[in-house]
Amino acid sequence: MSAWRRWWILAACAGCAACAGGAGSVPSGTEVASPTAGSRAATPVAVSRVDAPLGIDDARTLLTRTGFGATPAEIADYARLTRGAAVERLLAATTTRASTAPPPPIGSPESLERPRRGASDDDRKAFRRAQARDTMALRAWWLHEMLVTPSPLTERMTLFWHGHFATGVQKVRLATLMYRQNATLRANAVGNFGALLHAVARDPAMMIWLDTAQNRRGHPNENFAREAMELFTLGEGHYDERDVQEAARAFTGWSVDRDALAFTTRPRLHDDGVKTVLGRTGRLDGNDVLDTILAESRTATFITGELWREFVSPVPDEREVARIAAHFRESGYDIKAVLRDLFTSDAMFAETSRGALVKSPVDVVVGSLHTLGIVPDDMRPYALACAAMGQNLFAPPNVRGWPGGDAWINSGTLLARKQFLARLARADNFGIPAPPVGGMPMRAARETPFDVAHWLDPLPADAGRDARERSLRVLLPIAPVDAAAIAGDTSNVVRTALQDPAYELQ
Amino acid sequence: MSEPGREAMNDCDNVRRPRHSRRTFLRAASALAVARTGAARVAFAVAPASDAGARYDRLLVLVELKGGNDGFNTLVPYADPGYYRVRPKLAVPRDRVIVLDDRVGLHPSLAPLVPLGEARELAVLQGVGYPDPNLSHFRSIEIWDTASGSRQFLANGWLTRTFAASPTPATFAADGVVIGSNDMGPLAGGGVRALAMADAARFIGRANLAHREPARGNAALRHLLETEDDIVEAAARLARPRAFATTFPATPFGRAVRTASEVVAADQSVAAVRITLQGFDTHRGQAGVQPRLLGELAEGLAALRGALTEAGRWQDTLVITYAEFGRRPAENISAGTDHGTASVHFALGGRVAGGLYGETPSLASIGGNDNVAHVLDFRAVYATALRGWWNVDARSVLGGDFAAVPFLRT
Repeated sequence: MSAWRRWWILAACAGCAACAGGAGSVPSGTEVASPTAGSRAATPVAVSRVDAPLGIDDARTLLTRTGFGATPAEIADYARLTRGAAVERLLAATTTRASTAPPPPIGSPESLERPRRGASDDDRKAFRRAQARDTMALRAWWLHEMLVTPSPLTERMTLFWHGHFATGVQKVRLATLMYRQNATLRANAVGNFGALLHAVARDPAMMIWLDTAQNRRGHPNENFAREAMELFTLGEGHYDERDVQEAARAFTGWSVDRDALAFTTRPRLHDDGVKTVLGRTGRLDGNDVLDTILAESRTATFITGELWREFVSPVPDEREVARIAAHFRESGYDIKAVLRDLFTSDAMFAETSRGALVKSPVDVVVGSLHTLGIVPDDMRPYALACAAMGQNLFAPPNVRGWPGGDAWINSGTLLARKQFLARLARADNFGIPAPPVGGMPMRAARETPFDVAHWLDPLPADAGRDARERSLRVLLPIAPVDAAAIAGDTSNVVRTALQDPAYELQ
Repeated sequence: MSEPGREAMNDCDNVRRPRHSRRTFLRAASALAVARTGAARVAFAVAPASDAGARYDRLLVLVELKGGNDGFNTLVPYADPGYYRVRPKLAVPRDRVIVLDDRVGLHPSLAPLVPLGEARELAVLQGVGYPDPNLSHFRSIEIWDTASGSRQFLANGWLTRTFAASPTPATFAADGVVIGSNDMGPLAGGGVRALAMADAARFIGRANLAHREPARGNAALRHLLETEDDIVEAAARLARPRAFATTFPATPFGRAVRTASEVVAADQSVAAVRITLQGFDTHRGQAGVQPRLLGELAEGLAALRGALTEAGRWQDTLVITYAEFGRRPAENISAGTDHGTASVHFALGGRVAGGLYGETPSLASIGGNDNVAHVLDFRAVYATALRGWWNVDARSVLGGDFAAVPFLRT
């Protein structure tokens, strides 16, 4: 931990010089100083000003993008707040720990037991079966946590980092290691990016996934060093092959303890020779490399751009990204600082960015449940539904994570989304028995049902003329594609609105 | 379907077809979003195919042998004593091999392919792989799917890049269809019109959830509406599937082949089909698994030939198998095989020049953990499909010159 703190102190002064020279025409220090300095005259569309109440539509935008769905009650609540106050409230509510405990045996020492060399086929089969069961339980637990957490933003950011530092149980094999990584991501999700990067680099699941544990003096494995630069911090084209090779040497000696499956160092396997990484020369170790990467201004730009695509729009505004990234760096990589800038930006609330983002499968599943106030008893069918839509938690397709955006939608995944939403709207809550998902009934004994009679009550009087208009105001970011199909009582309106293509967007 | 003024929106592309014009325009709009990979640039660097260009009336069927099929028990080097030395439990006895020449022969489970071999429609490609091989399933299949170098990272599939550079005709229902897998593999990435389905009946059953609306709104909404449109279109064309005299095996692969045949026969013009056959990661007890899978593969491919011959499409069909890697020559202590490198693959079809390609590796001095070097780069196989089959620019798609493997007759 001391390593990143050391860098943090350096950054506070190095940042100013670097951004004055590096950020070009962006006038740093004018608008970045205060997130509430808003009122940029260039904004062409009518959006709520930072000092005016958000109103229904901006409250829905803010809540659905920073969490999973939003209930009429939450929207009404936030509609009264100014943009700045609303964002401060979201940031103040963030946490570092899950509000619920993981399902046993996950987290227990015995859950780390695995077949020894020469174990029988039956033992291996039993191990695989147990891990598949535990991984499914872990997925269900996380989806449930997303649904009941007092801070959806914390879970949303934990999910973002899961995609950013994509690690798959297919190679890690132990559900408990995936859980521990999840806890590490959550602990730093809205903390300090430098601390997060250092923690992920020492995370056993990551070290297995990207072969850090195989990286030793004389036999460097470049996997982690490469991805750390390409996918986690700098992006392609901002380092060269030699940086990767030298960085890999610096990471030698980092290892995973065979029994405790915890981070450890093996000094005898460490290459303590002189290396040069990104222009810095010395007897560098892994911490030095991470600090060198964090000292690059490009890292803040890269992360800010990724967060922009997650929360604001598919095509980042480069000037705005440069401005926010400079602020991010000046803050010493305070993730709250970059989120505050993004969430209060005019771009976030611009008319053109409404419905510009495709919901992730997790968003479709958890967001729909949350919006309708449904808390199922057993989340496993919902985890299977996410997988059918292309987002199998703890099993991203590869080291790049889920590509997201338009790539969420193909004929197969779109039909899976529509089928899920049709089933959800036919579930017990709507008075009709639901068919099973993946062989599991999508039913919930202790489930909080969709309280259709009172669902819209919290909305203010000016939220819409009738139940249809008020429902659509809650559910859709833009006008429905097939307005004529959406009619009838609230229950019918909700059922048909969930099938509208506009519902797939936020 | 065409809206006035749509063509005018897009002056970087003179394609007549509104769908693709629109798609290309969308790609331009989202270029920054994918610039991280650099792959989007391909769309602008290459002029769209002219009428005399791409021949997408020819169908490419890719069959993925997921998990990494064992090439040494697929094409058995029965004359090599080294083979019997490193495979005491798993070697196929010489007298059970379907002999192809004096050195190699097919696994007996591949007997359903014999008629194709006799018709000279089966090419056996030996030693297909790539330099600096990666032994991770996830990474290596990514290399194959994106046709990248071992240390090169590309986001879009190689067929996605192909159709971006040389679009399919607007009359086509889709660029490609993915059957039996959730991941789009060579058809991954933005801009491609790819349909994913488990089987035709299930697809049609769900398709009534999609509705046709004119594309409008922002890029994301347009993509959604175009996808719905693709679903409606495909379902309509598939609504009354052709009845085949061919019997399809009652296996997952057999069902996938049936769906592929129905798609191809139902006036469902597509350029590419990708079918996935799962389960080849045979670390343990391989003898109980691989022969069954090879039989499933061979019976399915024979059925595909039968059905597409009925439909009059076999002469215009090229089938190529692929996988992330092969297996190690020496068996392990669990009577299985571990991740290897180069492997054996098949190319088959009405215009395939049957026979053996590549070289048979010698296992004389192979040790326990040794792997064989590749002799055919998989991108050379892709180049054959791109240049020889479709007449599209292979170089721009593959990022380099790969000499075609001469397994096509025309």
